[in-house]
Amino acid sequence: MKPARKQRLQLVIFIVSVASIGIGLAVYALRDNINLFYTPSQMLAGEAPQNTRIRVGGMVVVDSFVRNEDSLDTAFEVTDGAANIQIQYSGILPDLFAEDEAAVALGYWTSEKIFKAEEVMAKHDEEYTPPEVADAMEKAHQATDKNAPGLH
Amino acid sequence: MWQSILKFIQKWFHRFGSPRWFYQTTGKWLPYLAVISVGLLVLGSIWGLGFAPQDARQGNSYRIIFIHVPISVLAMIGYYVMAAAGAVALIWKIKIANMVMVSAAPLGAALTFLALLTGSIWGKPTWGTYWVWDARITSMLILFFLYLGVIALNQAFTSRDTAYKACAILSLVGTVNIPIIYKSVDWWYTLHQPATIKLTGASSIHPDMLKPLIVMILGFYCFYALVLMLNTRTEILAREWRSSWVRGLSQ
Repeated sequence: MKPARKQRLQLVIFIVSVASIGIGLAVYALRDNINLFYTPSQMLAGEAPQNTRIRVGGMVVVDSFVRNEDSLDTAFEVTDGAANIQIQYSGILPDLFAEDEAAVALGYWTSEKIFKAEEVMAKHDEEYTPPEVADAMEKAHQATDKNAPGLH
Repeated sequence: MWQSILKFIQKWFHRFGSPRWFYQTTGKWLPYLAVISVGLLVLGSIWGLGFAPQDARQGNSYRIIFIHVPISVLAMIGYYVMAAAGAVALIWKIKIANMVMVSAAPLGAALTFLALLTGSIWGKPTWGTYWVWDARITSMLILFFLYLGVIALNQAFTSRDTAYKACAILSLVGTVNIPIIYKSVDWWYTLHQPATIKLTGASSIHPDMLKPLIVMILGFYCFYALVLMLNTRTEILAREWRSSWVRGLSQ
């Protein structure tokens, strides 16, 4: 390679690496702000600010969902596996909202350890399965559960 | 051995580096590429929209992935194409590399816009919102602005050489965004789900849905190559109109 080209190649490598390191450090410094939501564990550990609009995300706990008969008021719990928090919400839920599925709520974390949500979004997972396959997997799952009663 | 590979690349570089040679050669490829890409896209669309099974939870609305995923993949790959062309142009001073770089910018911008648009249309029924400022979507928006920046820089200078150089440097600086987009769903908590088709390990999509998706991805790769060549040919004509071979074309 000719010296002039070698020099320009070094310049290109320099530009790319300096930009990567610089932006990489900036993104690393901002990592907590880049997260879309807090996890229930973080909230209970006091990492989330109270009385400002924040988001919380987690799996909707099975059998935790309650709907008021006369209004749109709903309540449910989300979990990250380690901690649960109670969410209260009044409004229409997205179609994909369901127990044992992930959801993200936007709202206020109150001092009574209850999250008052203004908006609830369903978080879809990366799995795509046809209905028959999903049914079959569900049945297989139940069958193994029955065969292993000790695990309940 | 390395020497001979380098020699081969050099020889190929110099031939391909001639705008005239590029114009004539791609002219022969275009019809084949057009037939292959239209064929794959029509096959993939009919297969994906008509014959692939429904999703257990999303029903039919998941079918937008047959457009959204290939477009998003090429919006990101297209940036590397642009930046690589820019690097080649900076180092070896090859005319055609500059032309490929500036031709890739509007194409990439269009793909990124469509990726954001289709994602947003899918987001409403699935997530319950058109837009959310999570890391994936925001970094994708930055990609869109980077493409627009290259387009703007290319038109902001009266000197061609300066414009090309500025575009190449911006393209190179922006490459850092691509791994950020790709890994954003793993590094941070986002609303966007992690990758379904994984580079390593098994994909979490049923094979009956994966096959038409792969056909669509291949189709969009061909379509991308086709449009990039067409754009580059236009750029060649715009820049080389004084040369005798271009004048000869119109006679």
